[in-house]
Amino acid sequence: MSAERLFTFRNPWFAAGVGITSAMVVLSLIVGFVLLPYATTSSQFASLWGAICSAAGVPRASAVSEPLKSPIVTSDVVINSQMFGAPDTRSVGRGATLAMQCAICHGSSRQGQIDTPNLEGQPAAAIYKQLRDFKATARVNAIMSPFAVKLSEQDMLDIAAYYSYLPRQPGSHPDSAVEAPPIVARGMPMRNIPTCSSCHSTTSGKLGTPWLEGQSAVYIQAQLQAFAYGTRRNDISQQMRNIARHMTSQEMNEAARYYAAQP
Amino acid sequence: MLNSKRLVLAHFWLAFVVFGLALLLGEWQMFVRSPLNPWIPNSELYYRSVTAHGSAMGYVFPTLIAMGFGYAITEFALKKPLIGRRWAWTGLALVAVGAVTAMIPVSLGLASILYTFYPPMIGNPFYYIGVVLVVVGSWIWVVLMSINMAAWKRDNPGKPVPLAMFANVAGALLWGWTAVGAAIEVLFLILPVALGLKTTIDAGLSRVLFSWTLHAIVYFWLMPTYIAYYTIFPRAIGGRLYSDAMARIAFILFVVAAMPIGVHHLFADPQVGAGFKFIQSAFTALVALPTLVTIFTICASAELAGRLRGGKGPFGWVAALPWDNPMMLAVTFSFVMLGFGGAGGLINMSYQLDASIHNTQWITGHFHLIFAGAIVIMYFGIAYDLWPHLTGRTLNSVRLMKAQLWLWFVGMIVTTFPWHYVGILGMPRRMASYDYANPAIAPEALSVSISVFGGLLLVISAGLFFTVLFRGHRASQMDPGEYRFSVAVHEPVRVPVALNGFALWLTLMVALTVVNYGYPIAQLLALKGNAVPAVFVGVAR
Repeated sequence: MSAERLFTFRNPWFAAGVGITSAMVVLSLIVGFVLLPYATTSSQFASLWGAICSAAGVPRASAVSEPLKSPIVTSDVVINSQMFGAPDTRSVGRGATLAMQCAICHGSSRQGQIDTPNLEGQPAAAIYKQLRDFKATARVNAIMSPFAVKLSEQDMLDIAAYYSYLPRQPGSHPDSAVEAPPIVARGMPMRNIPTCSSCHSTTSGKLGTPWLEGQSAVYIQAQLQAFAYGTRRNDISQQMRNIARHMTSQEMNEAARYYAAQP
Repeated sequence: MLNSKRLVLAHFWLAFVVFGLALLLGEWQMFVRSPLNPWIPNSELYYRSVTAHGSAMGYVFPTLIAMGFGYAITEFALKKPLIGRRWAWTGLALVAVGAVTAMIPVSLGLASILYTFYPPMIGNPFYYIGVVLVVVGSWIWVVLMSINMAAWKRDNPGKPVPLAMFANVAGALLWGWTAVGAAIEVLFLILPVALGLKTTIDAGLSRVLFSWTLHAIVYFWLMPTYIAYYTIFPRAIGGRLYSDAMARIAFILFVVAAMPIGVHHLFADPQVGAGFKFIQSAFTALVALPTLVTIFTICASAELAGRLRGGKGPFGWVAALPWDNPMMLAVTFSFVMLGFGGAGGLINMSYQLDASIHNTQWITGHFHLIFAGAIVIMYFGIAYDLWPHLTGRTLNSVRLMKAQLWLWFVGMIVTTFPWHYVGILGMPRRMASYDYANPAIAPEALSVSISVFGGLLLVISAGLFFTVLFRGHRASQMDPGEYRFSVAVHEPVRVPVALNGFALWLTLMVALTVVNYGYPIAQLLALKGNAVPAVFVGVAR
């Protein structure tokens, strides 16, 4: 028996062992590297070799060179803290002229409509970003969009400089009896909702965000709902949509009323 | 004839002590993350405990059982003293020193990285060094087992190697090759970072190398169990093994196909191509074959025993089986758990089905059912079977043994079935706390609580197990006689060369490794710029 040679195809165990293992390897290679890559509908291969390389995980450029363009326009505004330094008086002056057309809705000294925000004293970055988004159709409003389309880059910077130059007016319906509801005071950590003031503040707001104190309750609530339903989506990385989606309508209402009652 | 009683006993006792401590940690983990405990303020403690539990249960406990059982098999089956007993003690010492070296940084919170390492997380270097020492200790055993079999074959030319020894060496060789993946990962990728020589690590390559070890390590844990199925169980119930050749083929299949399939642990990882995932998925399906062969052969052996005991008809032999025999109970329970665990495993190894349970508690449930259930219950059976031969004293507490096995079985089902269920609900694994007040998570609360009580049954069962062993050490002395393994229905007089050694099968194993792992590893080695900054765990920031 010790004379029995193992490593020869005349040995049935060797033949069966090597044969079955090789057959399984070949079969699974064909299925895994040829049949399955072609079976996936999303795949686009230039050749059989392309399919094999794809299954092997070789990094490759896609055969489709043009990237798909999303039909949804998102905000492409880039702002940084150096962009809006000390107000340039000429810019403020030009902005004041341009802002004549804004006054019909965002009228000075709280004469505006209840469905528009107050702009006097808002940070320049916040106003500039919204104008840019309106122009790029990342944010859409039947009244506002046509105004923004005509504005040049310099126009938008000037308007932003003008409004941020104006002093913030006190709220028109201050009511110190309205206490901060939990959603404003502490947020809701379990639902990943931070406090509003972690971004929106008259003293230390996050770059590009407006302050909310004294804004119209109707306006704030409408915007929260628009974020929640996704009809407004110019917030970068969905930061506001992710918050609004997890808020109840009761909480939106409370937050809006609280901010409207601030001086 | 057992010359190395103290050696084997030392392995078993160290293994069971480690097991007992790690079991308590496991039950504590079940409790703190259940709704029965409101909150664990310091979640780091949880991960510390998971690391200790996993490292002890995964690396130390089964390795020691396989080593101790292997030494016992060598002397019992080959009927000659173990060659290299001093080396065997050295191996045990390395495992013991390694276990302590690894556990010190873990208990200090310097290596809470779980036993699967998870680069780019990097813990204290002594944790990895300890694990390496455990593996090196076990490699001494691998070498000793091969040397002992080779020496026996030289002295007995042409004779079939006893099945128990053949299977034992199969397990040893499988482990020897299996451990290479994690060893390369630790020595060449992790330790340079842990020692401060580098600050970045190729996490993808590390994970691929770890998967080399991660799946076949389970088959290494499984080997003592399968050896007990084939070579202890038929004798213990008064029957014969149905087929010696089938047993050899089953072990050979494990050697060839158990290792190059680990990429099915990386189905959700981007660094391995889908084609290689498919190949390894197909070969994972192949590994079900030796288990099916085993279930058939062992059931046939049980039927032989039942009919020898007077059982008639298609099912009468089942009733005639010695149901009051602890080994009968252990194998039955083991098969039931292996059946459910195996069915779950088929889902894990399917590329598409895996997506629904990947990284959920289903996975934790699965490997506890297979390892802590089907495998460990046979470790108890092996200990009960060997103890009189190790101590020279009777093991009288049969009722206690049966109660222990029942409790372990029921406890494991109660622990793991709800675990699988919450996994299907989507509960992620490896988390210290869950907000059960969240409406999305609330339905999982009841199942998780039930699991905790299953774990409690396991702790009680382990208590009974230790009681049985302690009583065994204080029982009256007796002569257990010669240790016998099962005899096959047709005792092999001569077996083909292919079924009497591993040269061909090791060649196939390495060739299959090259086919299944060669390209993914080479590709990751060749790619530039895929190293990521290491995340040092337990370092003050």
